[in-house]
Amino acid sequence: MLPAVNGQNARTHVRMSYLEAVVQAQIEELERDESVIVMGEDIALYGGGKLVEQFDERRIWSMPISEPSFTGVGIGAAISGLRPIVDLTIASFMYLASDQIINQASKLRYMTGGQIRVPIVIRCCMYYGTALAAQHSDRPYPQFLNVPGLKIISPTTPADIKGLLKSAIRDDDPVLVFEDTKLWTVKGDVPVDREFLLPIGRADVRRPGADVTVVAIAGAMRPTLEAAEALAEEGVSVEVIDPRTLKPLDTDTILRSVAKTGRLVIVENAHRIASLGAEIAATIAEEGFSYLKKPIQRMAAPDVHVPFSPALEGQLFPGKERIAAAIRRVL
Amino acid sequence: MPFTRAQSLEAYQRMLRIRRFEEAGTRLFKEGRIPGAFHASIGQEAAIVGACMALRDEDPMTGTHRSHGHPIGKGGELKVLMAELMGKATGICRGRGGSMHLADKSVGIVSESAIVGGGIPIATGCALSAKVRRTDQVALCFFGDGAVNQGTFHESLNMASLWKLPVIYLCENNGYAITTSIGRSHGQPDIALRAQAYGMTGVKVDGQDVEAVYEATCEAVDRARGGQGPTLIEAQTYRFDEHNVGLLVPGKPYRSEQEVTEYRTRRDPIALFRERLQKAGISDVEIAAIEEGVNAAVAEAIAFAEHSPAPDPSTLFDYLYSRPLDQRPRDAE
Repeated sequence: MLPAVNGQNARTHVRMSYLEAVVQAQIEELERDESVIVMGEDIALYGGGKLVEQFDERRIWSMPISEPSFTGVGIGAAISGLRPIVDLTIASFMYLASDQIINQASKLRYMTGGQIRVPIVIRCCMYYGTALAAQHSDRPYPQFLNVPGLKIISPTTPADIKGLLKSAIRDDDPVLVFEDTKLWTVKGDVPVDREFLLPIGRADVRRPGADVTVVAIAGAMRPTLEAAEALAEEGVSVEVIDPRTLKPLDTDTILRSVAKTGRLVIVENAHRIASLGAEIAATIAEEGFSYLKKPIQRMAAPDVHVPFSPALEGQLFPGKERIAAAIRRVL
Repeated sequence: MPFTRAQSLEAYQRMLRIRRFEEAGTRLFKEGRIPGAFHASIGQEAAIVGACMALRDEDPMTGTHRSHGHPIGKGGELKVLMAELMGKATGICRGRGGSMHLADKSVGIVSESAIVGGGIPIATGCALSAKVRRTDQVALCFFGDGAVNQGTFHESLNMASLWKLPVIYLCENNGYAITTSIGRSHGQPDIALRAQAYGMTGVKVDGQDVEAVYEATCEAVDRARGGQGPTLIEAQTYRFDEHNVGLLVPGKPYRSEQEVTEYRTRRDPIALFRERLQKAGISDVEIAAIEEGVNAAVAEAIAFAEHSPAPDPSTLFDYLYSRPLDQRPRDAE
């Protein structure tokens, strides 16, 4: 039963932005479980402002600029009874933290034969397309896909980030969260139920269709949905799949869709080489080759760094028109 | 505070357990009965045992690639350690860790990191956790002289000092990072002095004197439990054997025969402590009984390990995640 408010049943959903859902998920878990703590640079100001107002200093830790070691401090805290949420802010800083994430967090449970568990959440935000140049604009999730022992989520709706982030915080394994800042302003209806959890490892069919399967990852979802809408007016029925969890990938949902449509387009904003799109394409070629009526199309950023000048950067990431063109190529 | 009589005997027994375990392991490795690489702690027993004796079982601890001595020093069982070295299913890490990673959680060890300096932030995090959970646990962090040149050392000491975390950074300074001496790798060779830069107490102690290490660590434990924060202890010790068994060192030796002989014959921590026990009136009979007990425990550990099964290949994915993944595994053909 939901609590009654002013004699009426409270609404089951509240409309909020993606970024508000990120904060709401953390507030609920901090309130629910006192072993949850938040750690990050300038945490008092950005994103975490609401958290600092509500929780005492033992719960919210403002870190010095020591990404490799404060990530390791989070891992140590996770090993010894806490559930830290480490906020690395800019996704490029994941490289600094990667030794602790890969050599420690991902491996300790396995290397100790299950004696140790590492229930840590590591958040980062992918900024790009905003003239921040190459060292602040990376989308580095493909590097971490190649690491056993990690779970990686990158949901695209406010409800999904709330439900998946809460599941990540309660998970006993290390979970990386790649938030795409292009989605921060997206608004949606989010369940108010504090036990609303979404399972890690389940894709979502964002738009059902019959002619072409499009898998869109993170910030690529917005232009993909726009392209699907435009193509619908031309009589093309596009099925859009959101993996939501990048590792472990819900390949079965993609396979089922391709079995139905016989056509696959994959859209993402990471660099093309050894990306998630490459992995999906390889797996569908291995396991769903007989379904395919046309070659798989991959849309991604080319193998070049993100340039500063908007005149150069603008062409890097697949937009609505290029995505629509790729879909038309496989019809 | 000096050892009680019972603690003296316990310290002697733990040092001897490390020594005999390492001697047996070295022989088994040379015979091909232990795979991988073998890093023995022979010569460093007092630094390890003296520090461990100052802590409780529930105090978390991190170590290094030279990992065998740490769980033994903290009071762990030999059988599961030897089984792990042989890659058996009964090993403490179920055959997933091996020589560089003998972590035994039952005595508080949460990580033995073969990435040099990798355990320093983790121990710091254990101390932060103790502060958040308001326990009186103290984290003990072992690392070598090479690790103090890693960024994790400096970043972690800064954070521990900033928040007055209950953690003890214990440097087993054996003088060499594999073959590179401190003189050839440290701009400022005094490791304990580095504590000053982070506003914490730094202590230098004779790492061949188990009681001195114990007393220095007890003082650090008191500071940590009393809310006065971290301590850096530099235990000056020496590795009697090569960095790892069978390591090929081409060209000119990096340390002299004379230096090694000097430590082996005059600075052996076990021989030094045995003399002290004898002077304190511990009888030869009592010392011989400890020796026999240790030899029997090592023999029992070897027998247990050799009679243990190898891990079943079907268990390859066990312990990777807390629950088996919901996805169909695609790794199998």
